[in-house]
Amino acid sequence: MKNLSIRKGMVPIIAVVAGFLLGAIIMLIFGYNPIWGYEDLLSQAFGNSKSIGEIFRSMGPLILTGLSFAVAMRAGMINIGMSGQALAGWISSVWFALSFPDMPRVFMIPLVIIIGAAWGAIMAAIPGILKAFWGTSEVIVTIMMNYIILLISTYLVHYGFNQKLMASKDSTIQVGANATFRNSFLTSITNNSRLNIGIFIAIIAIIIVAIIFKRTTLGFEIRAVGLNPNASESSGISSKRTIIISMLMAGGLAGLGGVVEGLGTFQNFFVQYSSLSIGFDGMAVALLGENSPIGILLAAFLFSILKVGAPGMNVTGIPAEIVNVVIASIIFFVGIKFVIEKILPQLPKKVAKKEGEN
Amino acid sequence: MTITTIFQILISSMLIYATPLIFTSLGGTFSERSGIVNVGLEGIMIMGAFSSVVFNLTFAGTFGKATPWIALLFAGVIGLIFSLLHAVATINFRADHIISGTVINLMAPALAVFLVKVFYGKGQTDNIQQSFGYWDFPLLNKIPVIGKIFFKQTSLIGYVAILVSFIAWFILFKTRFGLRLRSVGEHPQAADTLGINVYLMRYSGVMISGVLGGIGGAVFAQQISVNFSGSTIAGQGFIAMAAMIFGKWNPIGAMLASLFFGLSQSLSVVGTQIPVISSIPSVYLQIAPYVLTILVLAIFFGKSTGPKANGINYIKSK
Repeated sequence: MKNLSIRKGMVPIIAVVAGFLLGAIIMLIFGYNPIWGYEDLLSQAFGNSKSIGEIFRSMGPLILTGLSFAVAMRAGMINIGMSGQALAGWISSVWFALSFPDMPRVFMIPLVIIIGAAWGAIMAAIPGILKAFWGTSEVIVTIMMNYIILLISTYLVHYGFNQKLMASKDSTIQVGANATFRNSFLTSITNNSRLNIGIFIAIIAIIIVAIIFKRTTLGFEIRAVGLNPNASESSGISSKRTIIISMLMAGGLAGLGGVVEGLGTFQNFFVQYSSLSIGFDGMAVALLGENSPIGILLAAFLFSILKVGAPGMNVTGIPAEIVNVVIASIIFFVGIKFVIEKILPQLPKKVAKKEGEN
Repeated sequence: MTITTIFQILISSMLIYATPLIFTSLGGTFSERSGIVNVGLEGIMIMGAFSSVVFNLTFAGTFGKATPWIALLFAGVIGLIFSLLHAVATINFRADHIISGTVINLMAPALAVFLVKVFYGKGQTDNIQQSFGYWDFPLLNKIPVIGKIFFKQTSLIGYVAILVSFIAWFILFKTRFGLRLRSVGEHPQAADTLGINVYLMRYSGVMISGVLGGIGGAVFAQQISVNFSGSTIAGQGFIAMAAMIFGKWNPIGAMLASLFFGLSQSLSVVGTQIPVISSIPSVYLQIAPYVLTILVLAIFFGKSTGPKANGINYIKSK
């Protein structure tokens, strides 16, 4: 069995290597030097304290949306609605922050966190309730919800916000010093990066989620329902209740990701033309991290390096989009882990076969 | 504005917006009927849109007016090749269908914009010279009232799409191939025992969805956006998926649902010209397809929806 866990642990590493190789091959095909490309990427990402600050800034929302996907996944739900839930958290927290410009910071920060998480949770509750009571596919409902929330957010920016809060037709004014997630210390040590308290919120969230799943009855129930809803139902766990709770948690985490993105990264809200990238990137983070808290932390770190370093590739004329190709390939290789596990050498045959069957 | 003019605007713009959805939702129907969930339709449409625009820009001088039509075929081929990624991952490599489809959706915009930058040195292509434009049916457009509403200044490719949906229905429900395709989506073990090649059928389903999804994207690019950038296809693939569900995995149903969704999309664009409709906030029309899909799915379908073995990997026992 030890062999099995080592093999499982190897999958993400092999997937990352394979993803980078595929990216390198594509660069070679179009006449770029992949070694220079990756070198530029790394030197952009780690070149100065500002970009290192940006890496940790970017990790905050990714960890939170990654946790969101993982929590739902533990209950057997595929939450593709993180971008919508995050958007709901973003717009509601910015609206609240702008509406009460004089509220002291000690009240404001907890309140925007609660409000953003609550709106994310409400948006996730809809697919959760539909799934629990009518068996409606949560995949389709969350995809549809993403677009509904996106279109409504645009409508709210144009018609819902008080004109006094608008900087232009498509964006609000910046939130005040009482609500921003940035702080002068973090900004100064990273040479004016957008680093904010979001990364700390995310790490606290990782710890809380880990404790819930390791130590509490709720965490046990969620895992049980995810593994076998019928068996858990007959041993007295309400799968309906558990599914809804796990979706509320997932939505809350994604909403919180949106709050961090809104009050930390951008400090205002502006019209979004497509689903928030932190949604699908969070899914990538969770898949690479295999839904484990530490895995999510490491995966978010890797993807943040890639995202922050990507513009550096422009130095050698390589379009930065290649980084997203690499990320997609990594997830592809994680997705086909059955093959990776099979081709890994020196395994007892029995274990390999068992793996193949489940 | 006369009533007939209003109807003419409505019908033709409905067709224009519905056409990409019809092709793509038909593709989705084939894939899911064979048991492979395809949330990657959006990505396939992106590749179709991208390849058709590149083809159109490159060969407009050579093929003249026929360019958009040939570009459709080219986009279909590219869509097919791209869909193979999903087919290999889900059919041979036992990947989760949702994850693989999401990879398609992540990969397509990244790859397409990367290639646009490689080919043209900027993130958005120029406008194409040969788009589909409007079409007058000869003779039919002379019929009073009806001719003006349905056959004048309308979209030829839209009528082709409707025709294709009937052909797709015939293939799925009246041919041996269709029966086999549906059987592997309902009960692959049983189909296998009867000597049907499950993997081959599932490959066919996904590849047809690649062709039709590619064509769908190409229609959108050459009829509505007339150029390509990262934001050209923004949700059409998902609306097409909704149309497929709305149409209960039936090609005719998917076509009718696409027309309906096309109407609601077009109303949010042309609605401002039309009295009464212009007073409805456009957001209601924009979210209508998505809200309706959720409602229909929750209220009317419940648990027993779609092909039974949809989304379940078939592992052949030795």
